[in-house]
Amino acid sequence: METLWFILVALMLAAYVILDGFDLGAGAIHLFVARSNLERRAILRAVGPVWDGNEVWLLAAGGTLYFAFPLLYASSFSGFYLPLIMVLWLLMMRGIGIEFRNHVEGALWAQFYDVMFSVSSLLLAVFFGAALGNVIRGVPLNAEGYFFEPLWTNFRVDRNPGILDWYTVLTGVVALVVLAAHGACYIALKTEGELSVRARGLARRLWWGVAGLTVVSLIATLAVRPAMLDNYRNYAAGAVFPLAVFASLALMAYYLSRERDKAAFVSSSVYIGCMLAGAAFGLYPYVLPATTEPAYSLTVHNTKAAAHGLSVGIVWWILGMVLALGYFTFLYRLFRGKVKVSAEGHGY
Amino acid sequence: MDDALAVDRFQFAFTVTFHYLFPQLTMGLALLLVVLKTLALKTNDESYNHAARFWARIFGITFAIGVVTGIPMEFQFGTNWAKFSHFAGGVIGQTLAMEGMFAFFLESAFLGLFLYGEKLLGRVGHWVAAFMVFLGSWLSGYFIIATDAWMQHPVGYTVAADGTVHLESFWKLLLNPWAGWQYAHNMSGSVITASFVMMAVGAFYLLGRKHAGQGRIYVRVGVIAACVFSILQLFPTGDQQGKMVALHQPVTLAAMEALFETRDGAPMVIIGQPNMAELKLDNPIMVPKALSFLTYQRWDARVHGLNEFPRDLWPDNIPLLYFSYHIMVGLGTLFIAITVVAAVLLWRGKLFESRWMLWVLMLSFPFPYIANTAGWMTAEIGRQPWLVYGLMRTEEGISPTVSAGNAIFTLLGFMGMYMLLGMLFLFLIWRQIQQGPAVIEEPRKAGAVA
Ligand code: HDD
Ligand code: HEM
Ligand code: HEM
Repeated sequence: METLWFILVALMLAAYVILDGFDLGAGAIHLFVARSNLERRAILRAVGPVWDGNEVWLLAAGGTLYFAFPLLYASSFSGFYLPLIMVLWLLMMRGIGIEFRNHVEGALWAQFYDVMFSVSSLLLAVFFGAALGNVIRGVPLNAEGYFFEPLWTNFRVDRNPGILDWYTVLTGVVALVVLAAHGACYIALKTEGELSVRARGLARRLWWGVAGLTVVSLIATLAVRPAMLDNYRNYAAGAVFPLAVFASLALMAYYLSRERDKAAFVSSSVYIGCMLAGAAFGLYPYVLPATTEPAYSLTVHNTKAAAHGLSVGIVWWILGMVLALGYFTFLYRLFRGKVKVSAEGHGY
Repeated sequence: MDDALAVDRFQFAFTVTFHYLFPQLTMGLALLLVVLKTLALKTNDESYNHAARFWARIFGITFAIGVVTGIPMEFQFGTNWAKFSHFAGGVIGQTLAMEGMFAFFLESAFLGLFLYGEKLLGRVGHWVAAFMVFLGSWLSGYFIIATDAWMQHPVGYTVAADGTVHLESFWKLLLNPWAGWQYAHNMSGSVITASFVMMAVGAFYLLGRKHAGQGRIYVRVGVIAACVFSILQLFPTGDQQGKMVALHQPVTLAAMEALFETRDGAPMVIIGQPNMAELKLDNPIMVPKALSFLTYQRWDARVHGLNEFPRDLWPDNIPLLYFSYHIMVGLGTLFIAITVVAAVLLWRGKLFESRWMLWVLMLSFPFPYIANTAGWMTAEIGRQPWLVYGLMRTEEGISPTVSAGNAIFTLLGFMGMYMLLGMLFLFLIWRQIQQGPAVIEEPRKAGAVA
């Protein structure tokens, strides 16, 4: 049962990274690709109707984590106290940046919100990457399953690491580059004219970064946590994840060069999904490894909620998911097509 | 404030009180927007659609702030209340996760449609979008109230060997009797806030002789809703909530009323200041025997006083609890008085000419906010010293590894951030009210700036 919930939570998180990832990425490159006020408005209109729904995946994944693995939720949220609260502040700034830019006319007002949107999106991408890095590397858990990490110590990977060390900084950068490329594909897909061309060009250049960093981060991960290979050794089927990662990466380059933006965006989504799936597969059954004593590590077994709750949960989870997928399909279909780069207020 | 417990409590209280300033308006407005859209469909009168568009813009701004201040609430259960989350996550995690799955997805998806899709959806489609936003926000209210109700009156659980609680009955958790009345009372309070705001804006336009047609709609819809829900707030919902407290938390009731000694035929206090040094009420003005009657329907019924309970079970801030409760009830009585008079004037066709009444309506919009906040303070301070009533004391619930210094750092961050958010919110709402309902395509001209 807990394995099933591990998969479901991982799926929800992956959905979050793919969906909110494109608007985070779009935000991170906002200031570079959009040159005029109209172009910036076009980007905002492309994310406007969907960003809040995308962010709800984070809340829903968090809620599901809370009820399925209470101890994991308690331990990780209190242990990552400072970065999490900063993530909250960034999420707030970003929401405000998107929603309030166009409420008041005026160049200064718009510039302020553009920078706020862009900087907070960029930092969030880095934070999320660093968070994943922390989970893979492990944290200094004590015997009760709790810990508290300072923001940084000496940047080395050892028994008492900080949130930031060389490895998690690397994963943060990987996340930023990957999401920026993902966001560029989305902008290319959703806008037209020069803006779309420029976004596609940026996606092509970022692709080289994504490809290079994928290799570097794989090597670094194996150096930091050789145990990631255990599951792959025992279950050869796991090899589909790395294979799919490289296949989707190749397809992304191909479609970008052919200007097939939709296919490029889908490849980038598959790439992100498979990277995360590969990491989850390697971690299982650990959900938060300990750097202190291996026995203190949190696993799906020692953090799970009681059986009755977990089985009741399946019923409403499926129901809720079917409904949510329904709304999202409807929403994205209704707002399909490109937004116009023009003075019109409502571009659809 | 050098111990983590005090900082954690203050941070939670501060952030949730601030958060709830926004949903109380959006949940109520969601209902009123459905009313306006229905009127537009039924009467074919385009001015109701203008009204709906104006209030949708206010809704959008408020909703955005509600969302960004809501996310920290969900996180804080883990960051600041880790022991509590570990203890209770298996039970209240259910309702919190369901809120995300059933309410937030619904609400956020259809809000996008409602705000951006009027042309695409058509008349009936747009009504449906409005209704779905209403459904989403009211469902979200239910799940969060069910969570709170479980903390007030835990049901449907068993205590496991490791000391944590396990879910025993999903339906008992979801249909907690405490949650039903609390939900009804709370949602009604939220409609009161929204209708007072709507009346106030309408009265502002009428008094300033601008947008008079729209102003009349706001005042009419607002007054009717405010009158109906102010009465529902007292009876049956407030009355039943009180009976629930008397039944399950008798010590809280005694503290709310500052009833230090058990009495047959207990009086109801109107005014008076609890004196915690001498354990008596200073300067009391009371209605004899009223408390006994209201709680038990018998003038001579016995009401238990604080003296019957050991002191470590008393709520730890009795004066604040007592004042919060009396402010809520006092304002509730005032709302009934104001809205009944306004409704009578409306019915006689004299309201739009009674400038004095319009002044009252315009100036009274802050009071529902105060009443709602005071109500929540009553519920939450009254629950003390328990975090989960009878099961876990508040001091047992905090995160073991988060120091007071780190908590103060984040608390100050939230305070600064929320101050700016609050100013931004007031500024934007003020601008919308100034621009008025006639300006429909607001962001049009912005393109000219670049
Ligand atoms: C517009 C706001 C408003 C108004 C006018 C009232 N209330 Fe209220 N009350 C609330 C808004 C509220 C609330 C914010 O919605 C609370 C807090 C928790 C809850 O579920 O509802 C609440 C809680 C609450 C409780 C529960 C306290 C606890 O759980 O310990 C009682 C007994 C009452 N109310 C009773 C009343 C009575 C008798 C009123 C007389 C008119 C009244 N309320 C007016
Ligand atoms: C929106 C309305 C709410 C307001 C204004 C409110 C207000 C407060 C206040 C004033 C406190 C501090 C009590 C004290 O320390 O003496 C508090 C504590 C708390 N409340 Fe609420 N509350 C609200 C809703 C909720 C809900 C819906 C939940 C649960 C889902 C909740 C859970 C808590 C928790 C966990 C604490 C901290 C522990 C404690 O001090 O008991 N609150 N709240
Ligand atoms: C501890 C208590 C609370 C938590 C954890 C919490 C959590 C949240 C979260 C995460 C959001 C953002 C959802 C989104 O992205 O769409 C939100 C918004 C919202 N919350 Fe809260 N909330 C709390 C208290 C309350 C209370 C007491 C109510 C009302 C009864 C309420 C009603 C709403 C509503 C209706 C929204 C939608 C946004 C809006 O209308 O402004 N919340 N809340």
